[in-house]
Amino acid sequence: MSMQDWEIVIGCEVHCQLDTQTKIFSGAPTTFGMEANTQVASVDLGLPGVLPVLNEKVIGFAIKAGLALECTINQVNEFARKNYFYPDLPKGYQISQAELPICEHGKLDFFLNGQSKRVGITRIHMEEDAGKSSHLSGKPISLVDLNRAGTPLVEIVSEPDMGSADEVVAYLKELRAIVLYLGICDGNMEEGSFRCDANVSVRKRGAELGTRCELKNINSFKFIKDAINYEAFRQVELIEAGGLVRQETRLYNPDRGITFTMRTKEEAHDYRYFPDPDLPSIVISDEELEAIRKELPELPAEKRERYQSSFSLSVYDSEVLAADKHVAQYFETSIDAFSKTPKITANWIINEVLRETKASDVGHFTITPTRLAGLIALLDDKTINGKIAKTVFEKMLTTAASAEEIVSAEGLRQVSDSGAIESVVDRLIEENPDKVEQYRAKPKMLGWFVGQVMKAMKGKANPAIVNDILVKKLNEEPK
Amino acid sequence: MDLSFKALRRSYENGKSVASVLEPLQAAQKENRHNAFITLNAVDYPDFDPSKKLSGIPIALKDNIVTKGIRTTAASKMLSNFIPPYDATVVTKLKNAGALLVGKNNLDEFAMGSSNENSAFGKVLNAHDSAYVPGGSSGGSATAVAANLCAAALGSDTGGSIRQPANYSGVVGLKPTYGRVSRYGLIAFASSLDQIGPLSHKVEDAATLLEVISGYDKNDMTSAKKEVPKFAKFCEQGVEGMRVGVPQEYFDIDVDNPHLSKGVEETIRASIVALEKAGAIIEKVSLPHTSYAVATYYLIATAESSSNLSRFDGVRFGHRSSSAQTLDELYQKSRSEGFGEEVKRRIMLGTYVLSAGFYDAYYRKAQRVRTLITRDFEEVFQEVDMLLTPVTPSPAFRFGEKSEDPLQMYLEDIFTISCNLAGLPGMSIPFGESEAGLPIGVQLLSPWWEEGRLFQAGRQLELSRGVE
Repeated sequence: MSMQDWEIVIGCEVHCQLDTQTKIFSGAPTTFGMEANTQVASVDLGLPGVLPVLNEKVIGFAIKAGLALECTINQVNEFARKNYFYPDLPKGYQISQAELPICEHGKLDFFLNGQSKRVGITRIHMEEDAGKSSHLSGKPISLVDLNRAGTPLVEIVSEPDMGSADEVVAYLKELRAIVLYLGICDGNMEEGSFRCDANVSVRKRGAELGTRCELKNINSFKFIKDAINYEAFRQVELIEAGGLVRQETRLYNPDRGITFTMRTKEEAHDYRYFPDPDLPSIVISDEELEAIRKELPELPAEKRERYQSSFSLSVYDSEVLAADKHVAQYFETSIDAFSKTPKITANWIINEVLRETKASDVGHFTITPTRLAGLIALLDDKTINGKIAKTVFEKMLTTAASAEEIVSAEGLRQVSDSGAIESVVDRLIEENPDKVEQYRAKPKMLGWFVGQVMKAMKGKANPAIVNDILVKKLNEEPK
Repeated sequence: MDLSFKALRRSYENGKSVASVLEPLQAAQKENRHNAFITLNAVDYPDFDPSKKLSGIPIALKDNIVTKGIRTTAASKMLSNFIPPYDATVVTKLKNAGALLVGKNNLDEFAMGSSNENSAFGKVLNAHDSAYVPGGSSGGSATAVAANLCAAALGSDTGGSIRQPANYSGVVGLKPTYGRVSRYGLIAFASSLDQIGPLSHKVEDAATLLEVISGYDKNDMTSAKKEVPKFAKFCEQGVEGMRVGVPQEYFDIDVDNPHLSKGVEETIRASIVALEKAGAIIEKVSLPHTSYAVATYYLIATAESSSNLSRFDGVRFGHRSSSAQTLDELYQKSRSEGFGEEVKRRIMLGTYVLSAGFYDAYYRKAQRVRTLITRDFEEVFQEVDMLLTPVTPSPAFRFGEKSEDPLQMYLEDIFTISCNLAGLPGMSIPFGESEAGLPIGVQLLSPWWEEGRLFQAGRQLELSRGVE
């Protein structure tokens, strides 16, 4: 069997919990991690006689997502009921959207390994989340927590435009960055704020679409990648052995690295969607739409573009910086404070800052963007050299002092005085005639001399000047 | 004893205590001879407060309107022990207006029925003759008013459930414009059709009650941001020059439809004469899609109810089967045991109507016909100010007469249903009597938000019968 002959076709359904204070149809708070069944209003319990009241914020959030993904916004859209029984679904139906979703026909462009890729967005619709069931192992008891019930979601459905697990992960990362930029979702995959279902099918290259399986509720990029790769392999193996893929919903077991059947097509629900008579159609005026459009922030793609054109950053650097809103913010604040060398600033953030802190926490990093800018300014005016800069950076991690204060206090100023350097070099040549001899045969020995000078001068010597003086002196005829 | 609001107020103003009015009523309520009440409330006797519109007025509530701390059953075994933690908006409004909420009325289970024979708490007897049905689904409310057990009651009307029992029981019954009264706290049957409304002795009392319970409610997105007129004022305005349409389709009824009984026909004729005498102009009009109304209604109402009743699953509240071993059994047994026959029939019908492959043929088509029926009314109200029709083809029938044939039962709603499909206001007013001495009413329908016209014409009909 060879995967080479096969194409994988993947479409995604992403559920984003919207970051509103209260639920989509009740005034109950959406706070995560609270005691079970405390974040619940009578509407969330589905008590007899209660009615849903739409949280208007949800509309604005959904429209923002739609505009960011270049969708058509349906200015008249409606909620529908999706009917099924489950203990964590209090009303026996989920309020969602069916025939008239709020956004349709969008697209998302992103980069993977330097190549640009486009995925079509079929639709975005609003809905309420269900509660959470837990089943006690070994006991005939199931517990239901309705804190999550009624949390607003948007479901973002893509076209089956992705051909590999890597593409899916890149798509999801870009999508996650966008919802974070928009401030509509906290993107937390572990807590389930951003979860993905993937529809996977395989076909011989160029053949018609194969039967798909839906992989449900995968909660990390790694698991998504592993699950898709396993599932594609499973389908190919099955077909090559003469079998047929059954349309079904499957779950991923990360411990065993396999997918397994959750329910078959025959067991699938008939959801009996119909317009929810408790909720009038939602009508969005041109003015409202324009107002929301004006609130849209600069998105990752625009930032990448600008970083390349305005700051001459590489594709890679601009991708890393723009991938997270907090990192981009950090970068831009730092540039505002010291704008002469954006490329150097970018390097420091990518190599040093992001080694010390997670991208999402960079906003709380001890070395604020302004402090970093101070350090880079010292580098730029040659007050310190690169090596000392790293020492200063280390010290900045544990104090609140500015780079300049640290350099002054610790006497780390770079020595560019050629007299001082010359005297060290002269002594070195005198004391090591053997090394000088070696140098003449092997000019690479220069490095050893540089190292010794730096060591003697505690790293503070200006490396360019050290180099110049060494080359000059070593090449002089012996006296 | 005259239990009209005016008479009660007059006695309070003359120094009668609330207790002296209420005590004899409570004795009769306790006796519950007609089984009109499921639960009686503990009422203390407040002092009369003239600043409150309904001070000291004893009012009963259909038991599908939730009351905080008071059992609310919807006449179902499913909710036989359900004590709501909140008040319906109409309940809050009544309390604020000083009304005394005396008890919870029997009804057809979940408001599904036209005879009040479908109650887990037993049938309700007609106050005029206990061999006859009181009508449904607000049968307990109609009977409680007709038997003088309260001054007025609130019912709910999805396809005629206020107007039809009012008609069978000889009281006034009003279904307001859809969106006039908040549905928050009404246990839903069919959300796009349900509307709470008053049943009363007098037209003026219905107007006063409507004034109290109407208005936009932030808890109900289908309630309308419409100003609430002083409805009682309309009762004094007469019908001079008012154009009243009589839809021909309600008289030339075809094979599917039962014929109009003699008593009903005579009552209608008499009401036409009475209104003409008072200066109204009677015109023949046409509502061409009338014959589709019953079918349309039973597709939409059952579809919505199949979904609305899904929350009664035995998980959080209500009846839970004690013999269920698995999750599926929990649902199947709790619902099989908790719901009555008619409710199950409608849930199954509604589930079928919404199923994959049938949705377009049934639900979607029914919605289209609903639009046509609404358009009929829009057009007819270009020509006339209101409509006059029978409420039902015949007066109250005997127990068991139609309960074996659901279709015959559904056809009882033929004249009341279109009003709900279009969201119009409609009122049933007693105006005649059958040979057996049972009451017969007439129905008035007005354009959306024009309930005032119903009170104008309704009061005129009362006057012509010599009602004070």
